[in-house]
Amino acid sequence: MITLTINAQPFTVEAEPDTPLLFVLRDSLGMTGTKYGCGIGQCGACTILLDGQAARSCQVPVESVGDQTITTIEAIEQDPVGARVVAAWVGIEVPQCGYCQSGQVMAATGLLKQTPKPTEDDIAGAMTNLCRCGTYNAIAAAVRQAAA
Amino acid sequence: MNALSPLSRSDREPVRNLSRRTFLGAASGALLLGVGMRLSPAVAQTRAEGPAAVAPKPGTRVAAFLEIRPDNSVRLLSPFVEGGQGINTGLAQTIGEELDLDPGRFAVECAPPGPDYAVVNGLRMTGGSFSTRSSFEAMRRLGATAREMLLRAAAAKLSVPQASLTTEDGRVIHAASGRALGYGELAAAALALQPRDDVPLKDPARFRWIGKPVQRLDMRDKSTGRAVYSIDIRLDGMLQAAVQHAPHLGTEPEAITNEAEIRAMPGVHGVHRLPGAVAVVADTWWRARKGAEALAVTWSKPAPEGVDTVSAGFSSAAMLAALKGSTAPGIPAEQEGDTAAAFAKAPRIVEAEYDAPYLAHAQLEPPSAVAHFAADGSLDLWLPNQMPELFQQVAAKVAGVQPDSVRIHSPMLGGFFGRHFFYGPANPFPQAILLAKATGRPVRVLWSREEEFGMDAVRPLSFARFKAALGADGLPMALQTTAVGEGPIGRWFGALFKSPVDSSVVEGLDKKPYAIPNRRLDYVKVPHPVTIAFWRSVGHSMNDYFYESFLDEVAQAGGRDPYDLRMALLKDSARHRTLLKTVADLAGGWRRGPFTAEDGTKRARGVSMASPFGSETATIAEVSLKDGEARVHDLWIAIDPGSVVNPAIVKRQVESAAALGLSSTLLEQVVYEGGQRQAKNFDAYPILDRERMPRVHVAIVESGAPMGGIGEPGLPGVPPAVVNAVAALTGQRLRSLPLSKARLSGA
Repeated sequence: MITLTINAQPFTVEAEPDTPLLFVLRDSLGMTGTKYGCGIGQCGACTILLDGQAARSCQVPVESVGDQTITTIEAIEQDPVGARVVAAWVGIEVPQCGYCQSGQVMAATGLLKQTPKPTEDDIAGAMTNLCRCGTYNAIAAAVRQAAA
Repeated sequence: MNALSPLSRSDREPVRNLSRRTFLGAASGALLLGVGMRLSPAVAQTRAEGPAAVAPKPGTRVAAFLEIRPDNSVRLLSPFVEGGQGINTGLAQTIGEELDLDPGRFAVECAPPGPDYAVVNGLRMTGGSFSTRSSFEAMRRLGATAREMLLRAAAAKLSVPQASLTTEDGRVIHAASGRALGYGELAAAALALQPRDDVPLKDPARFRWIGKPVQRLDMRDKSTGRAVYSIDIRLDGMLQAAVQHAPHLGTEPEAITNEAEIRAMPGVHGVHRLPGAVAVVADTWWRARKGAEALAVTWSKPAPEGVDTVSAGFSSAAMLAALKGSTAPGIPAEQEGDTAAAFAKAPRIVEAEYDAPYLAHAQLEPPSAVAHFAADGSLDLWLPNQMPELFQQVAAKVAGVQPDSVRIHSPMLGGFFGRHFFYGPANPFPQAILLAKATGRPVRVLWSREEEFGMDAVRPLSFARFKAALGADGLPMALQTTAVGEGPIGRWFGALFKSPVDSSVVEGLDKKPYAIPNRRLDYVKVPHPVTIAFWRSVGHSMNDYFYESFLDEVAQAGGRDPYDLRMALLKDSARHRTLLKTVADLAGGWRRGPFTAEDGTKRARGVSMASPFGSETATIAEVSLKDGEARVHDLWIAIDPGSVVNPAIVKRQVESAAALGLSSTLLEQVVYEGGQRQAKNFDAYPILDRERMPRVHVAIVESGAPMGGIGEPGLPGVPPAVVNAVAALTGQRLRSLPLSKARLSGA
């Protein structure tokens, strides 16, 4: 049994220690807002916050989480920075198919929590998640708006 | 996919007497479409129920589309599936305009299978950039018809003349008495009335929502993780399955040497042989996947060599060589004037060959399906799909039940780009049905990204030969084009169309606006052994690159500027000249370069035009070089779709399509070696990332021509505009994509 703190709530799950956190969230706990895209840390669709920092949950074995707190997209608007990011995403109408956008919002929130006034280089360095719909320009605009 | 549009045209009548072939692929599609086309009004009428069900024509039975709720909001059952193209919002605007209800009060879902939804020229599908243009008039009329029924119901209820009533955003108003009734209060009585078929439509000058940048309906759900895709469907008691597919398409599992070991793994429920695959079913998907990856399977042997099948020696290079080496005579797809005579007297002849690779869809949502048999043997199926009735037909065959025992659920698509038509072995839902049957439990099959890269149906590898005769003035007098290969229309819908020419192989090479007096376009069929697919903009995705790049070669040979040459060749079309001028203006004026930009980089521009899916585009790209790689700074795209419903959605769709076009230009290729695809994930199949995303500037020209498509047309102009810019910058003419194969220099 592994105990996790997710969105400020304790959860106990039964999983092999090497199970990626992504699948614990999606399958064991039913938190399907976090998306599976590639499973190898390339696309970023599974991005969550670990102690406030963006992490790709497909690359996080559940045993490694320990007492780090997990924030997922389901609770993103409870975080003031996350709420600003969501407002910018909605206002600028960033999503198209939307599948990558949970991860994009989490990556943006992680960036702005660490770096409230990011430079263009900061944005480029942090916003590396893939989007097949090509919403990259809208994403950058939304990050700038949320930081303003 | 333009060819799916004119089903009413005599040259593309569906074949009426379809033989029942055992192969599930093309036959099922053809069968279904044939049935759909034969559906007589009388049959449709008997299927409808209730007093409102008197209108037999698809798109007319109000009750099949609209549920008006007590709070005056509306649930709309849409003929189309939303996958980012914004169709849910466009429909809400279109229906809401005539119904007089704010589009923001619509909740839109993809409708289940049913004859009411066959609004794409008698068919139902989400593709070919057809949704808005095919249904616009019908959906306006649906809204207007529903509004008239609400007015009639209100007149009866208030005992006043109908003409004394007006509507205002979800309410019927009787101004004389100051009384008002909400649509929700009237819905039950209104929907019981017989719809009129002669309700006048609004004067477009009074449109409140059509033509306006209304905010898309799904932005909040998609920004907070609440949007539900097929991969998110969870049922009580559901098992999860992962699969290992045959390494060579067409081979079968012969032996599993460690089956007992796999069955003993934690959470594993069973190991199942499937056509061309072995599945592991478990309580969680991760456990199923670990089992599937650990399976030691002996597969039947593929043919040793050749390109007739995916043999042990099959490669994309060998397939390209087969296309290039084809000497078969072509079937004329387009003919004008006398090309032979023109070539005989031409002072100058230019020739070139172009090719483009197999491409993966690489939509971010890996494909999945959930199958659940009810106690009565009927089947519920949740799956990503662009054609519910077709999937219903195929699923019924796989399940061994009647089609009306299959309930198709079509959640939001996590990207599609052509991925979610029926492609035989490239769809997971038959596996889910077989596993649900075998286990007696609901089953989700989810393909890992690696399995998806292995099994996705691909944009065909393509090849074309060009030969142009130039006059003394440098203008082309004649053009001979030969397209060699096979396309998805021929593969999957071949039985429907009488034309021997596969439109999806030649579209983008034909029907050009240019005044070249003598033209001949030939089609040579050379089949691919791999699973081929529609891919955003289909034949245009490579053919406009081929044609518009060659046109630049013609310009160069004739000593003409590529923009000026196009303008000269567009002498017969004011619409195209306007569009070309518009894109040049958008880019601050045409200049080819090379020139030095403000940041000191040396840059050049390329231009192209395209006529995809009923719309017209003109594109300019600005490119520099960095580390031997083309860097695209700006794309300027002018699009004329005739008229638009939502300009904000149009601009975003054009930008999205342009990004995919650029991705294919710079980076993408599915490579086969030894009969197997080489890339298994995004590390080996790079797609456009944020760093490579250019600024995209879009101008919409509403010429008033018949409405064209939007989802795909932004794509085809991008590859040639970029490649033409690279040629201007480096002198290198790249006749094979992607550009990442070449190291560029010379800037």
